[in-house]
Amino acid sequence: MSKTYYDPADLRKFGNITEWSEELGNKFFEYYGKVFEEGALTAREKSLIALAVAHTEQCPYCIDAYSKDTLQRGVTKEEMMEAIHVGAAIKSGATLVHGVQMMNKVNKLDG
Amino acid sequence: MAVKSLKKQGSDLAQSNKQLEILSNGIFQSGELPTFKNKISETNQFPLKAKKLEILQINVGYMCNQVCDHCHVDAGPDRKEIMTRDTMRQCLEVIKNSGAHTLDLTGGAPEMNPDFRWFVEEAAKVGIKDFIVRSNLTIIRANKKYYDLPEFFKKHNVHVVSSMPHWTRGKTDKQRGDGVFDKSIKALQELNAVGYGMPNSDLRLDLVYNPSGAFLPGDQASMEKDFKKALLEDFNIQFHNLFAITNLPIARFLDYLIASENYEDYMFSLVEAYNPAAVKNVMCTNTLSISWDGYLFDCDFNQMLELPVNSKVKHISEYNEELLEGRNIVISQHCYGCTAGAGSSCQGNTIPAEAGIS
Repeated sequence: MSKTYYDPADLRKFGNITEWSEELGNKFFEYYGKVFEEGALTAREKSLIALAVAHTEQCPYCIDAYSKDTLQRGVTKEEMMEAIHVGAAIKSGATLVHGVQMMNKVNKLDG
Repeated sequence: MAVKSLKKQGSDLAQSNKQLEILSNGIFQSGELPTFKNKISETNQFPLKAKKLEILQINVGYMCNQVCDHCHVDAGPDRKEIMTRDTMRQCLEVIKNSGAHTLDLTGGAPEMNPDFRWFVEEAAKVGIKDFIVRSNLTIIRANKKYYDLPEFFKKHNVHVVSSMPHWTRGKTDKQRGDGVFDKSIKALQELNAVGYGMPNSDLRLDLVYNPSGAFLPGDQASMEKDFKKALLEDFNIQFHNLFAITNLPIARFLDYLIASENYEDYMFSLVEAYNPAAVKNVMCTNTLSISWDGYLFDCDFNQMLELPVNSKVKHISEYNEELLEGRNIVISQHCYGCTAGAGSSCQGNTIPAEAGIS
């Protein structure tokens, strides 16, 4: 089997990060757990946000985890893809809006 | 969707010993799967003991009008195993003489047993508090002879528990076959029309959700909310409760897990979601499952794996409450399915759903 940087089985070892820094690791997981509890947003809505962010962050572990998590919550394929498009729109918008900065600079330098 | 049962296909997985071999000695690339026995021993819950009988679950036959992808019974139109009236009479004797308050008829499609209506009529006379028929819904629309089932159910105050994989056509038809969604919707509307599922109605209509693929069911309460909203808005359908049930790695679902290379991940997901608190109320402790030919099992899953009760009493004709109560429940690796997350039984979660990520 070819070696790659990412091994899907490593996702199951995520909790092991506490072994080398117990206090900080535990604090992170406590925070993480709280974030995903039902609140003003439903757990389903939070899962869709997480799926979109997983893609903009291009984290393969997060994509695996939240593809499964959204499926478990009854989310449809169409909803999942729409969420990713939202992430993609923000990501490309964030790139393009910096074009204004570029234009400002060019206008200042070159009239 | 599968076109015929594993048995008809001559698949190895139609044999329970092959399934048990995979469950017990499956090849795992990333570590060994802990045994269920050791897992429940950690919290002193081994051996699991049978409590007083409350629910008699009777499988009246494996014949079904559907061939669903996930079916742990491997039911289908080509399955001919069917309970006879004589065996039903033996079950009725037990119903009369035991303290069971719930009778739960399952299959296949129980309505396809030629003695189904006779059995319902006879069983309804013996004072059972909750009389459940597990209907796949489409049977109500499959043939003219079943069209009056909603009225028949109403007449005998049957509690209808119906499978419904999702509120969308795509996900439902993928798991259960083309056209199943539309027929199920029509059947639900007909059940509603005679009074089933209405908010203040005594005619109970519950739906069963089980995932369409290699993942666990989400939070039951949230899923129920989503199902209710979508079915009411889209089809003006109402129902009482949603039972979220985990797919157990047996028969066609096991076949699917292996073929799709999801078996290892799925088993690890079950182990990771293992919840010791869910062990206390697993259905096998207060339920007895009876096969079409009258043999006794701790649950429907053990029935399919041909793991009989650990008792001198093996058949309904020899039923003896004293000998069966307190027996050790027969367990194997598939039992992780009933103890994952908020627990899973034929009545849905066995403990209140927990908040947070799964």
